[in-house]
Amino acid sequence: MTATDPKSRSRPDLRALFLGFSSVGLSGFGGVLPFARRTLVDERRWMTAEEFNTQLGLCQFLPGPNVVNLAVVVGKRHRGLAGAIVAPVGLLAGPLAIVLVLALLYDRFGGLPLAQGMLRGIAAAGCGLLFAMAWRMGAAIRDKAIFLPFTALTVAAIAWLRWPMPIVMIVGLILSGGLAWWKLGRK
Amino acid sequence: MIVGELFLEFALLSFVAFGGATALLPEMHRVVVENHHWLDDTTFTHLYAIAQAAPGPNVLVVTLIGWEIAGLGGALAATLAMCLPMSVLIYLLIDRWEGFAGKRWQKAISLGVAPLAVGLIFSGATLIATSAGLSPAGWILAAAVVFANLRFRELHPLWLIAAGAVLGISGFA
Repeated sequence: MTATDPKSRSRPDLRALFLGFSSVGLSGFGGVLPFARRTLVDERRWMTAEEFNTQLGLCQFLPGPNVVNLAVVVGKRHRGLAGAIVAPVGLLAGPLAIVLVLALLYDRFGGLPLAQGMLRGIAAAGCGLLFAMAWRMGAAIRDKAIFLPFTALTVAAIAWLRWPMPIVMIVGLILSGGLAWWKLGRK
Repeated sequence: MIVGELFLEFALLSFVAFGGATALLPEMHRVVVENHHWLDDTTFTHLYAIAQAAPGPNVLVVTLIGWEIAGLGGALAATLAMCLPMSVLIYLLIDRWEGFAGKRWQKAISLGVAPLAVGLIFSGATLIATSAGLSPAGWILAAAVVFANLRFRELHPLWLIAAGAVLGISGFA
């Protein structure tokens, strides 16, 4: 049996789900999705690469933290409701504890000039990472001439006019999704 | 009660969080800093920086915001509010997903939401830049990170964060 044979998949119990997703959560910096793929598909073989893509597709299509949604899906598939609770809790528990320790340190030492300088530097680098991420995501869009104007409108509404995001997203999704719907129909 | 208010505000946001918590930065800033004055600009930027430097899903910036506003209860309420509504929905939807996949309306939403998500991330970047009050040196650092991240794909972003931290400590940024 090869690693890609669906029959070779293993069925994790609750403990394995918790530990598996803990290791996913703790191994990633600035997003854990690539680690989720490696752990779930390559190492533990809880799902095939195709299953991963389809289910990630659903998780990315819906709003909310993608990887948390993915944990719910994988947990449910293997262990029902209990799995759907244990997997995301495992994903978040470790990183949450770390982040709270950092928060305590921040409350205690955040005022020191050294910490202020460090956080300023990280914020500048993090801001660069966000611009780069927007650039890469924008470059991946097909039919740029049609869809990138919606990017510009979103930036104008959110960053410049400071309109509330729910209304911007609903209107934007109707316009941009409607255009995509129309284009799909013409093919 | 502030924890309840926090939960409701963030639960509402979770329904429009296309592109994950990162895409929500501008709206969280609007709600938390501009509308409620729960945090100031500097603290908000610092929390974003801490989340960048910590392991784990991007959603944990929400945990930090909740913590600074209302302590442990706030941290848990904010995290739960961001994760729970969609988790429940996806738990109920997943079995019918096979039927949705590939449908025209599903493709249309996926295609349509992408340019909006790009706009949200870009807005988040400008927001962090303005609330951090980046100095000219800070802008140079940010630009260098953009270049390095796009040019050297195999370079882990954590190195760029670390470089930012070191330069920040030495007073550059």
